[in-house]
Amino acid sequence: MPPVLEVKNLYKVYGTKPAVNHIDFSIDENCCFGLLGPNGAGKTTTIEIIEGITKPTSGELFYMNHPIGAEFRQQAGIQFQNTALQDFLTVRETLILFHSLYQDTLPIEKLIEMCQLEEFLHQGVKNISGGQRQRLLLAIALANNPKILFLDEPTTGLDPSARRIFWDLINEIKKNKTAIVLTTHYMEEAYYLCDEIAIMDQGKIIAQGTPNSLLADYFDHVIIQIPKADFTLPIDHFNLPVFQQDESVEIHTDNVNMVIETLISNQISLNRLQIRSRTLEDLFIELTGSKLTS
Amino acid sequence: MKKFWAIFYARNIEFWRDKASLGWNFIMPFFLVTTIYFIFSDGQQYQYKVALYHSPTQIKDTQKLSFLSTKYIHFIQVDVLPDAIKKVKHHQYDLLIEIGSSYKYWINSSSPKSYILEKILLSDPPKQLTRQILKGGETNYIDWFIPGILGMNMMFSCLFGVGYTIVRYRKNQFLRRLKATPLTPFTFITAQVVSRLFIVSTVTSIIFFGCKLFINFKVEGSYLLLLLIMLLGAFCMISFGVMMAGRTKSEELAGGILNLVTWPMMLLSEIWFSLDGTPQWIQQLSQIFPLTHIIKAARAVMTEGSDFATISPHLITLTMMSIFFLIIGAYLFKWE
Repeated sequence: MPPVLEVKNLYKVYGTKPAVNHIDFSIDENCCFGLLGPNGAGKTTTIEIIEGITKPTSGELFYMNHPIGAEFRQQAGIQFQNTALQDFLTVRETLILFHSLYQDTLPIEKLIEMCQLEEFLHQGVKNISGGQRQRLLLAIALANNPKILFLDEPTTGLDPSARRIFWDLINEIKKNKTAIVLTTHYMEEAYYLCDEIAIMDQGKIIAQGTPNSLLADYFDHVIIQIPKADFTLPIDHFNLPVFQQDESVEIHTDNVNMVIETLISNQISLNRLQIRSRTLEDLFIELTGSKLTS
Repeated sequence: MKKFWAIFYARNIEFWRDKASLGWNFIMPFFLVTTIYFIFSDGQQYQYKVALYHSPTQIKDTQKLSFLSTKYIHFIQVDVLPDAIKKVKHHQYDLLIEIGSSYKYWINSSSPKSYILEKILLSDPPKQLTRQILKGGETNYIDWFIPGILGMNMMFSCLFGVGYTIVRYRKNQFLRRLKATPLTPFTFITAQVVSRLFIVSTVTSIIFFGCKLFINFKVEGSYLLLLLIMLLGAFCMISFGVMMAGRTKSEELAGGILNLVTWPMMLLSEIWFSLDGTPQWIQQLSQIFPLTHIIKAARAVMTEGSDFATISPHLITLTMMSIFFLIIGAYLFKWE
């Protein structure tokens, strides 16, 4: 089975500054591909080039082994970061409008059910909440039963509950073997939804892989957190990296047993001890945050 | 076709549900027509209009006519005698004088102004003066004004309804979203044009017949011909709006451009007053505006009962303009 999407040596320059700097990646069927990065990293430009909204300076794009063309337009579902809709239409009318622009479509009623639009179906699009709007935009993106779905920061601005509902919808869509390209600022979201992640910074992909493989590649330790009040040892007692935070001390180690044994032997209370694995957020800051602040 | 109807349907719904815009489209022309009707319903016009038809070689003869130095009379040079005779018949001129080797004048026997002007003329008559009498009902200002006000309303509805709307869609990135679908610019523009044509035709027809119910203005010619003028005129204006909105991104800029084109049309397309008697270059300049041709054609049909052949130059001009605007508009159009 060929990749649904292949991006080869993609390059886009605005003036003299490259927004996308010779990147390559491919996305297989049934894969949720996360494109992460700080603001201005080139994520949205990359997605917009693939969607045909922006022209690349150079590079090649393939959909199902063919250069991107009319077939892609028919079979790609797109949810922009900001999409304006026609003010005086209801949710149902808006959905019908976009539904009518495609040849092969999912039934309207199925879209309504999938994206849980029933309760506000007859309201004007101006009068629905942020979460409802995102669900409508997702339904629009799904109208053509897409083989590949682009979601550009779909949960930005949503409350945690609305975000969770949205994640469940994405997981349902993944079951239909739809490839998904997701950009997000929420690392938790990327970890929860994505099968593969590419972290972009300054137009380049600086890390790529599954979330767990990336964490394993970059972090070989866990963090043991102990409240400062409980930690009575000198900071250099361990021959390990130890960091003092506002209210706790963090010990970075790949040998939890050894650290705990040492703590017990020194009569340190373990009642409020926490062991935390490294997260995508740690990785993101490690790869991009340090560069941004340097 | 399904895509076309989807855009067409959505645009129409948007228009009908936008109460402010809908209200403006109906209330403004009714208000203007009613106001002008009451202002001018007493038929008082304090200025006499006398048309002078002569060849440049005979200018010296005019100096012999003392009538031409009479105060409070607006003398208008005319080039086409039959047109001027028609205007006397319709009370648009109070008197017409042909100045050649001899003098000939036309009056409307049913016009009080013609009667008074004739008395003044005959108080010091030149030699060889011939009298011609015409008969014809008066064209009230409201009869003359109705085509203008309907044309103006069509102009605003077409230019702002299409031009401004496309710019708004572009600014709020709705066009960008459509760009990501299989919809082609041609289908989008066609749906916008036909949708607005439908809306403008409906609104204009309602206003026309609504006004006709309350004010018995004159319609001498064919209603079908008026329908043709309305459709062609609206199509031309919509095309102009599409051209203007081809690439404009800012609503403010669009507003500025629209004002820039609508105000000269308001002043020079004979909505409010005739350009008879104005310098020739102004009259020629007015010919570049589609609204001039719409109003002149409609006015000719309504007040003079003109037929298709008579107004065909206006219709041809509107068709040519529409094609030109659409080609340029299609060339310029960008989703973003």
